[in-house]
Amino acid sequence: MAQVKAKKSESTSNIDREQLLHMYEQMFKIRAFEEQVNELYQSAKMPGLAHLYIGEEAIAVGMCEALTKEDYITSTHRGHGHCLAKGASIDKMFAELLGKDAGYCHGKGGSMHIADQDTGNLGANAIVGGSSAIATGAAFSSKRLGNGRVAVCFFGEGALGQGLVYESMNMAQLWKLPVIYVCENNLYNEYTHHSESTAGSMKARAEAFGIMAVEVDGQNVREVHETAIKLVERARKGEGPAFMLCNTYRYHGHHVGDIAREYYRPKEEELKWKNDNDPLKNLSSWLTENGLADAGIFEQIESAVSKEVEEAVTFALNAPFPAPEEVTKHVYA
Amino acid sequence: MSMPNTNGREIFFGDAIKEALAEELRRDPTVFMLGEDIAEAGTTFKVLNGLVDEFGKDRILDTPISEPGFTGLAVGAAMTGLRPVVDIMFGDFSGLIMDQVANQAAKIHYMSGGKLKVPMVLRTTMGAGRRSAAQHSQSLHAWYSHIPGLKVVVPATPYDAKGLMKSAIRDDNPVVILEDKMMYKTVKGYVPEEEYVIPIGVADVKREGSDITLIATSSMVYVALDAAKMLEEVGINAEVVDPRTLVPLDKQTLVESVKKTSRAIVIDEGYEQYGVTAELASVIADEAFYYLDAPVKRMGAMNVPIPFSPALEDLTIPNAKGVFEMAKSLCNKL
Repeated sequence: MAQVKAKKSESTSNIDREQLLHMYEQMFKIRAFEEQVNELYQSAKMPGLAHLYIGEEAIAVGMCEALTKEDYITSTHRGHGHCLAKGASIDKMFAELLGKDAGYCHGKGGSMHIADQDTGNLGANAIVGGSSAIATGAAFSSKRLGNGRVAVCFFGEGALGQGLVYESMNMAQLWKLPVIYVCENNLYNEYTHHSESTAGSMKARAEAFGIMAVEVDGQNVREVHETAIKLVERARKGEGPAFMLCNTYRYHGHHVGDIAREYYRPKEEELKWKNDNDPLKNLSSWLTENGLADAGIFEQIESAVSKEVEEAVTFALNAPFPAPEEVTKHVYA
Repeated sequence: MSMPNTNGREIFFGDAIKEALAEELRRDPTVFMLGEDIAEAGTTFKVLNGLVDEFGKDRILDTPISEPGFTGLAVGAAMTGLRPVVDIMFGDFSGLIMDQVANQAAKIHYMSGGKLKVPMVLRTTMGAGRRSAAQHSQSLHAWYSHIPGLKVVVPATPYDAKGLMKSAIRDDNPVVILEDKMMYKTVKGYVPEEEYVIPIGVADVKREGSDITLIATSSMVYVALDAAKMLEEVGINAEVVDPRTLVPLDKQTLVESVKKTSRAIVIDEGYEQYGVTAELASVIADEAFYYLDAPVKRMGAMNVPIPFSPALEDLTIPNAKGVFEMAKSLCNKL
């Protein structure tokens, strides 16, 4: 089966400086958002739990920057990064996480169910692998209606344990649907290393259907983005689905409450990824080394985003809860 | 079997369903069907025979044997501009698709705060008596009726099946229609040539009476009507009420009937334990308690896996004689 060799070159032929800086900003926004979420949890201001995307930012940003606003995504329980990368606004995101009426779903979805049709976000899904058929169905609509939209289905490597993913891939390839399955391999299915749950090769699973499969460094946003552009273009031209395996790492626990993690992974491993293979550092170092940016630019971006995050969280904390009448609204359309 | 009050064209239950689908496929280009062997094969029950000739294989789409996959695909397609009609060959396969139906289709509108809609129809079958044993004979409409966000339709007559199917396809919510597979080619009834729709959520009095109300769903409507004839011979005038849709439920029609007759038996082909009969009986108990002259009785499928042997299978489904006996005892005419 044909494979796209992930581009390892150091050229910026496909991505200009402005766009790279924008991607840095997007990645930083996700990180700052998630750090604030953790803070809200720890200070008992947020109901329930949240699954943080910190460490995996380059995948959502590299992929979504290759999409138009009209293209579709589906997301997962670890979905804040995907929603933000696709264009969600942080104030409505925070409001949703806090269960407020001003949230994307009037507080009825929460952290695991943010949906925003204005940015093509068909919703985060709390069933692992649960959105693979939905994304495939959105791609089916695109093809049937001829509107040229591509659907991107984000999921973690844990979803490879679910049959729905393979049923979806089979139909996508049979009917040449414009869907890209983005598998974020952060090494752990919740609290279990993938080597204990996943036999054989992850990539070969998609290849068995004749689906084009590529493997990329999920900590390198340039590589993710360059690959994404090719796969999106290919899907848009009607050449069918693709599978993008992104190697990455989840800095935090499975969810915000998963603090004592040493029984399933060593601290050294966590530190190694954070220190040596951080997606934000990787990009800022590369830009600096190539003379495309200096520390001042990053400081500027970071302070602007931090201010935005601070304002957004203040807005959300002060926003009212939904009125009791909201509980029976939207059961039926 | 056929319904009494008819003047004009009579067609089979299965043909009425096909006619509804064909009309909606013609009316709205976003409607399409998908399922296993629905195109040239016209389904295993041959209900859709010929549709592929008019609408082509793109709109009468054969799928792999992947019920969760194509049901989920339909959910995604419904969210993005199409109106899929999913065909699940046997209701017994509901277990396979339940995540996509109960966790996805039913909840997406609510979870998204009303932003996303899932206008899809899920057609599947129910009904024992076909000697198909435990995994091809169940009536699992109670499963769907338990989940908020779904509408559930159980038509008994060709007229109702056609009118409700058309409404279901036009509805912006996921609607599950359970068709009794034994009625496709046995039940014939009046269906007008001209177009009509029946609103979802309105019960129908299939026979008027004054002494006892028989609330019956799907094929049990005929069991109830047959029992009513037998009861008439012993001087009991039974009313037969068909809810037609379980969700939303037209409580008012049911309750009004029982207030009039003061007695009720609920008959449904789902398992009796924790089933549709229990829900309907509780509605009567709640809202017509002071009008009752006897306890509300329930008759559902026996609480056993449906056996293969005809000698055993027939014991598991409510029948007219059983309804007759119970009605007689409730009316104190032993």
